Amino acid sequence: MIRIGIDVGGTNTDAVVMDGAQVLAGVKAATTGDVMSGVVAALNAVLSAAGLEPRAIDVVMIGTTHFTNAVVQRRDLAQTAAVRLGLPATASLPPMVDWPDDLKAAIGGHYYMAHGGHEFDGREISALDERELLGIADDIRAKGVHAVAISSVFSPVNTGCETRARDILQKALPDAHFTLSSDIGRIGLLERENAAIMNACLSDLAKLVVNAFRHALDAAGIEARFFLTQNDGTLMDASYAERFPVLTFASGPTNSIRGAAFLSGVSDAIVVDIGGTTSDVGALHKGFPRPATVAVEVGGVRTNFRMPDVFSFGLGGGSLVVDGAKGVTVGPRSVGYKLVTEALVFGGETLTTTDIAVAAGRIELGDPAKVADLDKDLIARTEARIADMLEAGVERSRLSPDPLPVIVVGGGSILVGDKIGGLEVRKPNHYAVANAVGAAIAQVSGEIDRVYSLASMSRADAINDATEKATAVALSAGARAGSIEVVDVEDVPLAYLPGNATRVHVKVVGELDVA
Amino acid sequence: MSREGFPVVESDLLPLSLGAALLGTGGGGNPYIGMLRLRELLRKGASVRVIPLEALDDEAFVGSVGGIGAPVVGIEKIKQGDECLRALRGVEEAAGVKCSAIISAEIGGSNSIEPMLTAARAGLPVVDGDGMGRAFPEIQMSTFFIYGLDPSPGAIADDKGNVVVFKHVIDMFWLERFARRIAVEMGAGAGFATTPMPGAYVKKVAVPNTLTQVLDIGRVIIDARAKHQDVISRLIDATGAKLLFTGKVTGVRRELRGGFSVGEADIAGVDSHAGSSARIAIQNENLVLFVDGKPVAIVPDLIMNLQLESGEPITTETLRYGQQIATLGLPAHELMKTPRALEVVGPRAFGYPAIPFVPLS
Repeated sequence: MIRIGIDVGGTNTDAVVMDGAQVLAGVKAATTGDVMSGVVAALNAVLSAAGLEPRAIDVVMIGTTHFTNAVVQRRDLAQTAAVRLGLPATASLPPMVDWPDDLKAAIGGHYYMAHGGHEFDGREISALDERELLGIADDIRAKGVHAVAISSVFSPVNTGCETRARDILQKALPDAHFTLSSDIGRIGLLERENAAIMNACLSDLAKLVVNAFRHALDAAGIEARFFLTQNDGTLMDASYAERFPVLTFASGPTNSIRGAAFLSGVSDAIVVDIGGTTSDVGALHKGFPRPATVAVEVGGVRTNFRMPDVFSFGLGGGSLVVDGAKGVTVGPRSVGYKLVTEALVFGGETLTTTDIAVAAGRIELGDPAKVADLDKDLIARTEARIADMLEAGVERSRLSPDPLPVIVVGGGSILVGDKIGGLEVRKPNHYAVANAVGAAIAQVSGEIDRVYSLASMSRADAINDATEKATAVALSAGARAGSIEVVDVEDVPLAYLPGNATRVHVKVVGELDVA
Repeated sequence: MSREGFPVVESDLLPLSLGAALLGTGGGGNPYIGMLRLRELLRKGASVRVIPLEALDDEAFVGSVGGIGAPVVGIEKIKQGDECLRALRGVEEAAGVKCSAIISAEIGGSNSIEPMLTAARAGLPVVDGDGMGRAFPEIQMSTFFIYGLDPSPGAIADDKGNVVVFKHVIDMFWLERFARRIAVEMGAGAGFATTPMPGAYVKKVAVPNTLTQVLDIGRVIIDARAKHQDVISRLIDATGAKLLFTGKVTGVRRELRGGFSVGEADIAGVDSHAGSSARIAIQNENLVLFVDGKPVAIVPDLIMNLQLESGEPITTETLRYGQQIATLGLPAHELMKTPRALEVVGPRAFGYPAIPFVPLS
């Protein structure tokens, strides 16, 4: 199977062609203002580098920052109605209460609170009220809004209220499209609801973007199917991506971590992606990025869906090196993409980490004579400082004292020696385009996170039930039956609750079914 | 502070939640949802005034309220808003009195804010003080009950309008037991009010000035960050806390036992503590700090973990391998260290009969 992986980042659009596990070619192109011409350029370049005809391509995987940027920049967002079920509970905090005002205004700030919702043990908080919902539908219609997000208390335990409310609203609003919070997030009402509302407000844009990718592939002569990558390192097909654009948030770091894993052949490691200005550190656990356990903010809004736990700090190949009264400091300021003109080895005036790496003999780059006179002591102290920063970043991502390899990718990899804090460092081939490789190798997943009462069923039955539900999700997302394996099972008893209430999380992955 | 006290304003909310998280000594629940609720009330024009203990009339009654239930429910079934107020009305009616101020039983964590919400809804002031000066897992661990308050009546109220009043209970342990059971029937997220207390009694047994203490701590953290100063040393200067240990977390063990999160954390020393190792015993909150095997800080004294660089308070739930932390110790208030109090909140009460309580100096 010949695959193309593309990662559309803020600065670069990277593309690779892979044949099975082999990288045939990798290129970097500048991301363009319209995005799509950059994608077409990258596609053409990588095909020509691999010496392949467009029709040789079987499938294309795309990682994109489109939707994150739309939220961050508050543009192309649809007017959205947020409908929450749970009254009388939750009345003290309406939907979008913790949103930045400008983002709330950008989508109209329309919200409704209605009866419905469940208790933690599955009892109803109050009965769903059809007349109340029809009244809400009238108001939504009158406002001309057609993106609707529905959230309900404890919907990860029981999705019934959200689906019934959607059915009622859909009859009254046949042109509207709906996002259910239980399809997106886990326990934590505000964060799950936030993710659902953001998804709803991106739904119009999602149709446009998916279409634009389709056209870009057409323009490059590629007729293959294409997929978008999600923030957990797995794929969604075009129709799924149109429905759940929010799941692409933060897929960039995820693709880097997954690509690094693939290129180095390990499944448990710490991954450091060193760019020009910052380094991202994440943990690789059983082949996937370890997800964040606390709320992650996107565009100023707290969400709780499965984002990779990535720690960023100001160390890159362009970081400024300053020798001051308190010793040497490295970053967070950086010359960024101007490295090739401003660094000493390139004839510039600014001492950067790249200059130190050249002076220390780690790499041959530019004109080494320009750094030949650098103070040996300064070089040693800077290298020690860089090593400290890397060690602190790596330590933060470790969960146990077990020795794990550290995989280093990205253009700034030249700063790293063969150890970080006593851990072995690996720099795989094609490290500069690890993110596009991560997109190309993405699999299909299914995930379930809900609370079971172990008073009425055994722990094994609860995990089996969650596994069956997760498998169904993976199959509907395009996984090949028979290729599904369980990659994560976690059960956590909940404090202060009776009946052995236990939160069960199961994740399965499978190979993409390309037939 | 003058007898009139001061109003709570929106810019107090962040310091309040940071300070309350720190005095939570690892537990007490997340104040985020409560902080948002208070912000909503303030933005809608409600006001709440903090008054000093000495401003209370001896004959006036003071109500005490808080949330009761499971933390996971608190982030999913958000409160209707008047649960605690209805519970307060329940005890007022049963006791035949009207409260003229509200006080927190537990300043650490989320129950620092619930009384302010009730005070704002009821149009009453909130008292600058509480019943613990920190966080503890159970209601009877407050000075109010340690020093002999009759626990009847108590009341619990849900989001739907149900109020259950405990008219006669023989002691706090029964009240706690009944209340926990009914809280579960109420969906494991309810409002709780204990019996109204005479002003004279509150003045005698409440840990004083803890609301201003929480605000001061939060402001120091925010100010130090803004000035790029070392948060830990600023906190030590401002509070008189003692730096007990600095190190890296090398292991965390946790399990649920009897409804509580029980566990231990191991820390390897760095900087001035390089070469030493420490262990923290946990039951929802940090109970005992051992350095090189010897107990150096013991409950009820406050053992507080912060992230070394950011100064962010660390709860026992977010404590994990690899964190660089500073452990600060702060002496508990004298009211928490009398022989009577130590029977309820000393090391023996938490399952450490072999460790005598030696107060932090």
